[in-house]
Amino acid sequence: MNADRIYTRRRPLLVEAITAIALIAAPFVLDWLGAAPNTVNRILVWGLFGIGFDILFGYTGLLSFGQSALYGTGGFVAAYLLTRAGFPHVVAALLIGMVAAAIVGYLVGLVALRRTGIYFAMITVAIAEVFYFVEFNPLAEWTGGENGLPGVPTPRFNLGFAQLDFTSGWSLYPFLAFCYFIGIVLALRVVRSPVGAVLRAIRENPLRAAAVGHDVHAYKLTAFVIAAAYAGFAGGLLGVLQAFMPPEAFTFETSGQLVMQTAIGGRGTLFGPLVGASVWLFLQDFLQGPLGLGAAWKLVLGLVFVVLVCFLRQGILGGVRDLYDFVRRRSAAPAAPDEWVSARRGVAPPMPARQHGSNGAPGRILEAKGLTKHYGGVAANEGIDFAVERGELRGIIGPNGAGKSTFFKMLTCEVEPTAGRIVFEGRDITGMSVTDVCQLGLTKSYQVNQLFNRLTVRENVTIAALATLRGKFRLDLLRSLLRIPGLEEQVRHTLELVGLAGRRDTPVAELAYGEKRRLEVALALASSPSLLLLDEPLAGMSPRERVETVQLLKSIAQGRTMIIIDHDMDSLFELAEHITVLHEGRVLADGRADEIKRDPRVQEAYLGGVNGVH
Amino acid sequence: MLSWANFGSQLFNGLALGALLALIASGLTIIYGTLGVLNLAHGAMFMLGGYAGFVTWQATGSFAAAVAAGALAVGVLGIVMERVVIRFFYARPHEDQLLVTFGLSIVFVEAVRWYFSSDTKSVQAPALLQGITNMGFMFYPTYRLAVVGICAVALLALFLVLYRTRLGMIVRAGIEDSVMVDSLGINVDRVFMVVFGIGAMAAGFAGIINAPIVSLAPEVGEQILVQTFVVVVIGGVGSFPGAVLGGLIAGEIISLTSMVNPGYAYVMLFAAMTLVLMLRPRGLLGAKGRE
Repeated sequence: MNADRIYTRRRPLLVEAITAIALIAAPFVLDWLGAAPNTVNRILVWGLFGIGFDILFGYTGLLSFGQSALYGTGGFVAAYLLTRAGFPHVVAALLIGMVAAAIVGYLVGLVALRRTGIYFAMITVAIAEVFYFVEFNPLAEWTGGENGLPGVPTPRFNLGFAQLDFTSGWSLYPFLAFCYFIGIVLALRVVRSPVGAVLRAIRENPLRAAAVGHDVHAYKLTAFVIAAAYAGFAGGLLGVLQAFMPPEAFTFETSGQLVMQTAIGGRGTLFGPLVGASVWLFLQDFLQGPLGLGAAWKLVLGLVFVVLVCFLRQGILGGVRDLYDFVRRRSAAPAAPDEWVSARRGVAPPMPARQHGSNGAPGRILEAKGLTKHYGGVAANEGIDFAVERGELRGIIGPNGAGKSTFFKMLTCEVEPTAGRIVFEGRDITGMSVTDVCQLGLTKSYQVNQLFNRLTVRENVTIAALATLRGKFRLDLLRSLLRIPGLEEQVRHTLELVGLAGRRDTPVAELAYGEKRRLEVALALASSPSLLLLDEPLAGMSPRERVETVQLLKSIAQGRTMIIIDHDMDSLFELAEHITVLHEGRVLADGRADEIKRDPRVQEAYLGGVNGVH
Repeated sequence: MLSWANFGSQLFNGLALGALLALIASGLTIIYGTLGVLNLAHGAMFMLGGYAGFVTWQATGSFAAAVAAGALAVGVLGIVMERVVIRFFYARPHEDQLLVTFGLSIVFVEAVRWYFSSDTKSVQAPALLQGITNMGFMFYPTYRLAVVGICAVALLALFLVLYRTRLGMIVRAGIEDSVMVDSLGINVDRVFMVVFGIGAMAAGFAGIINAPIVSLAPEVGEQILVQTFVVVVIGGVGSFPGAVLGGLIAGEIISLTSMVNPGYAYVMLFAAMTLVLMLRPRGLLGAKGRE
C-alpha cells in the first residue's frame, strides 16, 4: 500500500476494497475493544479533513498552518444554512459549505502562494488568525460569535420504504464512514492522476517542474483548493457530529492539531491523518482517563510529537512503508527477464522532435541579438549575437566564468536578460516564462542535476513527458495515468534511448552519478523539444562514460537541433561541426571546429597565453 | 468616541506595541536570516520570558532582576535548544524545521500550563514607572512610555551588535549569502549557536517587558507570534531595519483600528500584509539572499 508511488501495481482497487472492509469492521472491533463511539467519529472527521491536507502537504510539499480558516468556513456555512436559514437538506448543506470553502481557498491561495517555503507557512498562519477574528466580531450576527451555532441537525433520508436516521454515536458512524470512504476513493484517483504526478514533482523540485513545462503556480493553487474543499466538508461534519458548530474550529490550535496528526501518521500516504488522529484522540482519552494526567495530556503528546519528528521522519505509515520496502527488497528474487530491456541499448531508433506549429523547413530556429546580463556591476554576458540553423549541432566552449551557463539560462528564459532579444521559431520569446518556452519546444538539461529525487527513474521521465502530452495545465484529476495515450511509449522510448530502461523502477537517490547525468538529459529529452540545450552533459564523467555519452548524444541529435556546452574540447569537437567560443561574457570566435582549433585567440583564452612571454 | 486625546493615546499604544513587536520580530528575523530556520517556538519563548521574570519578581521583588532573568533564561534556553535539537535540522527540509519548532512550542506552552495552571499571572511595574504622566496635551500611563524607551534601547543594542561587531558582520553576511560565509572558513557552528541565543533573548526580554501591560497566560505567545509573522512579511525576511519598520507599522495599525472597532484590527493588519505582498513580495526592506 504505497500511495506515494505514481504507478500502482496490478491490483487497481485493492486499497479501496481494504478501506471499505476496515470501515465496515471498525465499529464491531472498536466497540468490542471499548472505544468510545464519539471518539471514533471524531477521528473520521479529522481523517477526512486530513486527506485534503495531505494532498497539499504530503504530496505537493506545501505546509499550511492555516487550514482552520477553511474548516471553519465550510462548517459555519453549512451550520448557518441548517440552523438559522432553516435549510432542510443536511448533505446539500455540507456540499454548499464545501464549495464555499473551496472558493475561499482559491482566494486565500492567490495571496498565500505568492511566496513559497516559510513565507507560505507564515502567511497561512496570519490568514487563519484573521478568519478567527472575523468570525468573532464582524460576522458574529451570522456565526453566533463566541457562542457558535447550536442545533445543527443530523442527516435523515427517506427512502420511501424506510427511514434512515443517523443521530449520534454508532448510529452516526455509518454516515461519517461513508463520507470518509468517498473522500478516500476520490483522493486516490487524484494522486494517481497526471495532476497527482505533477504535484509530487513540485514537492521534489519546483524549479525543474516548471522547466519541463508545467504551470507550477496553477497546480499549487489546485492542491490548495482541493485541500480547502476537504476542509470545508469536514468542517460541516464537525457541526453535524457535535450538533453544534464551535468557534474553536477557527483557532490556530485546529490547524496545529491537523499538522501534527498528519506528521505523526505519515505524510504523503492519504491514510496518515487518520492514523495520526487515532493516535492523538485515543491517547488523549487514555491519558486523561485511565492515567489521570488531566491537563498534562497535551504536554505528553507534544513530547511524543517532537521525538517522532526527530527520529521517524515519515511518521508511522512512512516507517511501516520503509520497513516493508526493506523486507521486500531483501527477499526479492532475481529480476525476471524484462520486456523493457530486451531492446538492446543504443539500438533504439532516434526520437523525433515535435513539430511545434511552424514548418520544419531549414532556416533559423533560434536567433539572439545583443543579449546582455548584468548582475549588479558585473557583466556576465555582454552583447551576444547568436544564431542557430535548424538541424544543427552547435558546440559552445569557453573557460570557467565565460558566461556560458548564464547565456543558456537566458535562452531558456530562466533568467531575464538585461538587454537584447531572443527569437525562437520566428517568435519573440524574450521575457516569457521558462514553462511557456518549454511548451514551445525549447528546453535544457542542467549543469548541476535537477531531478525529482524521491521519485523513480520512470516517474521522473513521466513527469517531463506529461508536460508535452497535456500542456502546461490541465485538470484531469480523475483520469488514470495509465490511460494517457502515448505516454508509456514516450517514456519507454526515452529511457531506452538513454539506456536507463533496466533501471526504471529505481529511485533517483540510488542511481550512480553517470546514470543521474543521463537521466538529467532524459528529462529534457522527454518533452521532445525541437531545440535542446545541454549544459555540460559530460561534466564529472569518467573517460569511459564520456565515450558512451558522446555516442548517446550523437543518436539524440538525429532529427533535432541541439546546442551543447562543454569543457571537454575533444569530445565537443567530435560532436559538433560548428563551435562558438565565449570569453569574458562575449563571443570570442565562431566557426567550423577545425578553424576554432587553430584560432590563436582561442588558444590564448584557454591556455592563458602559452605562446606569450611567460 | 473619537477624540484627540483618545487618538493620541492610541497612537502611543501603537508605538509601544510596535516597539515590542519590532524587538520580537528582530529576534525571529536574524535567526531565520542566519540559520535559515523559522522558529515557530518564538512566541512560546516570548511567553517563557514573562514567566521566568514572574518567578524572579516574586522571589526578589525587583523588576530589574525580573527583566534580566527573563532575558537570560530564555537566551540560555535558546542555546540549549539549538545544541540539542535545531542543529540536527539544518540539513533537513524547511517543513521538518517548522514541524519540530512547532512541536517544541507546544511542549513549552503545555509545560507552563501544567506547572503554573492556566490562570493569569501579573507582574507589576517598578514603583517609579507606575502611575500616569502628564504629557501636556494628554495623560498617559508612565510604564507604557517607558516601554517605548526600553525597547528603543534594546533595539539600539541589537543594532550595535549587528552593525558594529565582528559577529554582526558575519550574521549580516550570512543573510546575504550563507554559502559564501561557510566557505570563508568561519566557524559557522558557533555563530549559529550564539545567534539563536540572541534571537531567543530578544523574545524573552520582550516577554517580561510586556508582562506589566498584559497579564501572563500560557497562550500569550501565540497571538504575538502571528503578529510577528505579519511584521516580518511586511518588513522583509532577514532584514533588521525591516523588522523595526514592520513592527511600528503593525503596532499602529492594530492600535488605531482598535480605536474604531477592535474586531477589525486583524483584518486591517492582514490587508496591509496582502498589499505589501502584491506590490513588493520581498517585503518593504527585504534582503535578497534568502527565499
